[in-house]
Amino acid sequence: MSKRTKISRRENSNKAGYLFAAPYALLFTIFILTPVILAIVLSFTNFNTIQFPEFVGFLNYINLITGDEVFMQYVLPNTVTYALIVGVGGYVLAFLMAWALANLPRVPRTICALILYSPTMTTGVAMTVLWKIMFTGDQTGYLNSWLMELGVINEPIIWLVSADYLLPIVIIIGLWSSMGVGFLSILAGILNTDESLYEAAAIDGVKNRFQEMFYVTIPSMKPQMLFAAVMQIVGAFQNGQIASLLAGNPTPGYAAQLIVNHIEDYGFIRYEMGYAAAVSVALLLIVQVFSKISTKLFGED
Amino acid sequence: MAYKGHKINPNKFEVGQIKIFLLVLPLVILTGLPIVFIIFHAFKPMEELFAFPPKFITTNPTLDNFRKLFKASRTAGIPLSKYVFNSLLITVSVVFLSLFFSTAASYALSKLKFKGRNMMMQINQFALMFVPVAVMIPRYLVVNTMGLTNTYWAHILPLIPLPVALFLIKQFVDQVPQSLIEAAYMDGATEIHIYFKVVLPLIKPAIATAAILVFQQVWTNMEASNYYVNDEGLKSLAFYMNTLSSGTGNTVAGQGVAAAASLIMFVPNLVLFCILQKNVMNTMAHSGIK
Repeated sequence: MSKRTKISRRENSNKAGYLFAAPYALLFTIFILTPVILAIVLSFTNFNTIQFPEFVGFLNYINLITGDEVFMQYVLPNTVTYALIVGVGGYVLAFLMAWALANLPRVPRTICALILYSPTMTTGVAMTVLWKIMFTGDQTGYLNSWLMELGVINEPIIWLVSADYLLPIVIIIGLWSSMGVGFLSILAGILNTDESLYEAAAIDGVKNRFQEMFYVTIPSMKPQMLFAAVMQIVGAFQNGQIASLLAGNPTPGYAAQLIVNHIEDYGFIRYEMGYAAAVSVALLLIVQVFSKISTKLFGED
Repeated sequence: MAYKGHKINPNKFEVGQIKIFLLVLPLVILTGLPIVFIIFHAFKPMEELFAFPPKFITTNPTLDNFRKLFKASRTAGIPLSKYVFNSLLITVSVVFLSLFFSTAASYALSKLKFKGRNMMMQINQFALMFVPVAVMIPRYLVVNTMGLTNTYWAHILPLIPLPVALFLIKQFVDQVPQSLIEAAYMDGATEIHIYFKVVLPLIKPAIATAAILVFQQVWTNMEASNYYVNDEGLKSLAFYMNTLSSGTGNTVAGQGVAAAASLIMFVPNLVLFCILQKNVMNTMAHSGIK
């Protein structure tokens, strides 16, 4: 057989492609695609896990928007606040840190990056105990003891039961663990920007590092910025679960009830699976909105 | 003097970098403190756990907390070694299978032509946004319907497809020159051959990076232990460690044990990341979404 026919036969063959892609595609379909579709289907039903789901049309969504006071009053505002600070704020922070680290020599950069990334390795959940110790509600708690010694407060604060402090605590924990894969991607992106671009920009009148950041660095690594943005959003929502681990579900006075906790509440505590599914779809839509915005900002036009 | 454009990735320390250190260090320290705290706390003897005012630094380190942790599992009926065995089995299986399937699929998506290729790529890219906790209920229904409840498969199968892993590996396979693969093909190599002998050796950094990500997912995963298995003997180490911290973590004496448990879960992650960190940066350079 001639070279040409061999190559063209290879290029047009489907069989090998299917074979190599099949195992992943199959498991992806079963454990990621099907659950998402199932969530959408179930969101139109009433389902208590015992009886067969009963079709109810848009009732769950109507209830979610008009009848669920907890959702409208606490869960949605909490989630938006959380997503803006941990998602957007954490993203900006990750970029600033990556940019700063790229300006340091390799050894200190690697050490700092490792420390900043390390909370991701604890995946929030595994560190529940740490936060419980830090935020213990009496004077034996570390934070209380320090603040009292410094004279900032006179009485210990019951951090994890207090409606005033619970959401900020969850946000701080979210920020603490927000330097994940996205952060590493941005760092690698900055380190790989073409050095000659900076020289050219300087000739074109770029005067300082901040102009450089906006006119050279960010435009030249848009794909990484987009990848990082998506990772950041997903990570932020995934970490929201910590609230119920710290303070139980529902959280005291719904103070730190995020949409993820709301799903858990209806799905695994009340067994109203249809309604929980509608909340899940709402969450997937919120993530969608955030990533649409990111694509607008950083997508290739 | 006119601005010349500064140098990214400098080779040595310069005075100008002090500003940057001042910007970075506070945050690095704040981030690192909780982890240092867990390490100190895990080695605190009883007197220091009860010390008032509470102390950050451990003066007389002891292994008591780790000893108690082992004892607690002995009295609970299921030996700690069983949880360790479960987690090792689950983690090794998931990491191996996930990497095998993801690299194979990446090879297909990047270098082979087949119908539905673009669609699969787009769906996977879309799935980067997938938030597993959002669909924990339908996922539970799927696992249940398939009859996987109370088996090791309930731990293993759902975690194998990881869209980020496939995405990063595929971006890396894209860098393998087409000519190399065609040359191998001319020499009579089959697709299987090319995959094992040409592609896999060239994408080691991406495999290492994906390994870290998959490992992180599995090692700390509690979804399966919480929802898919009831049999205590099938639950994972992460689950057991978490029951220690939520059960005993509320008492001061238990906090030391819980800190020890957190440390045990954290260290393998850290070690793996340190060993493989060079590959991570290499892979991330190709991580962009176009």
